Amino acid sequence: MFYLDFSGAFARWGVFMHGGVFTIILAIIATLLGSLIGVVGAAARMSAFAPARLAAFGYVEIIRNTPFLIQIYVIYFGLPAVGFRLEPWPAAIIALSLYAGAYITEIVRAGVGSVAKGQVEAARTLGLSPYLTFRLVILRPALAAVYPALTSQFILIMLASSIVSTISIPELTGVANDVQGLTFRSFEAFLLVAAIYLVLTAAFKGAFAAIDRVAFAFRHVGR
Amino acid sequence: MFQTFSFYHVGFLAQAATWTLLLSMIALVSGGLFGAIVALARVSPFAPLRWITSAYIYVVQGTPLLVLLFLAYFGVALAGYDVPALVAAAFAFTIYAAAFLAEIWRGCIEAIGTGQWEGAKALGLSWSRTMRLVIVPQAMRLAVPPTVGFFVQLVKNTALASVIGFVELTRAGQIVANSTFQPLSVYLTVGAMYFVICSILSFVSRQLDARITVNAASTAAH
Repeated sequence: MFYLDFSGAFARWGVFMHGGVFTIILAIIATLLGSLIGVVGAAARMSAFAPARLAAFGYVEIIRNTPFLIQIYVIYFGLPAVGFRLEPWPAAIIALSLYAGAYITEIVRAGVGSVAKGQVEAARTLGLSPYLTFRLVILRPALAAVYPALTSQFILIMLASSIVSTISIPELTGVANDVQGLTFRSFEAFLLVAAIYLVLTAAFKGAFAAIDRVAFAFRHVGR
Repeated sequence: MFQTFSFYHVGFLAQAATWTLLLSMIALVSGGLFGAIVALARVSPFAPLRWITSAYIYVVQGTPLLVLLFLAYFGVALAGYDVPALVAAAFAFTIYAAAFLAEIWRGCIEAIGTGQWEGAKALGLSWSRTMRLVIVPQAMRLAVPPTVGFFVQLVKNTALASVIGFVELTRAGQIVANSTFQPLSVYLTVGAMYFVICSILSFVSRQLDARITVNAASTAAH
């Protein structure tokens, strides 16, 4: 007989809360470290130094053309073979940040490219200091240009972080795995977790849209 | 005793890679068929259809694929059927691919200028005829590069089917890694195999995209 029984899963709501917090923390750390990698990567991809360009290009292509699951297996199961043993948490954070960094490299590169050269020349003609030129003419429009892509990348990283459950990290999906073992109600555990992911996605999307309206108000002028 | 990672294992991995490609193809074809219906419903003049399909896309895009896979695997089992992993994986990937392809193709449909719609309306064409004769043929041309690009995502993501026990390239890699105790060489080999498949597809997608951009630029110049 087909029926749903959420009692076991609901009784462990605290466990799911912990998993949700870990998921958010993972996504935030990976996005921050990934942004750091992304800025360096974009600078390298646009540098005049050919080996730097080639290295950054190779990194982006390797990460984007292999499954994240394999990347984490290489880091967690593979590296100990060459004497580099990592605990699950550092392995997860390193893998997720490297993954995020490749995509953010391309986002940053597009953002910098979007600032027209004439804008900088105009700012200089108006007598703006190099600092003000950078802050108002380069940085703010560049941030505004990359903001939508960066925030949707955050959501994608949050969803991809589910994969680190395969190296026994107790984030949301890992928690669902544990709960299904305890309650023998697998479908309910994953249905509940899917709903929590949806709430998180919706909440972050809403928050990002609100920030966008305040921080980059100039973009919406006249619309 | 355990074996060392050898040419024999590479052959086994290459064989498993064909299952990766097969699962990706199944996802592309069945997801594409379902996705085409969703895309048309998403742009249809009938509002409830638009709401239902946008909710479907929102839910699938807001849930990790791994969780979708588990839901398919355990959900069908709950209904009382003993599901082979391939069936559960194919089901989950169809749901997943359809949502993403529908969104990609909606973008292509909406990229067709309003002038085309107005022209069709002036000719007295119905909505379905406008779609079939005017909009879709033009949108299909635009849709090829991003669809090939999405196929790269599909190939990469089928790696997750290993988690529900489907023996494709990644699961084969786990099996070989466990029997040879050489996880680094095995996973690097597996990664290289994905890299070759996906880079070729990425390259094709970029080439097609460049061709369409050049065409659009030369059309605009005339």
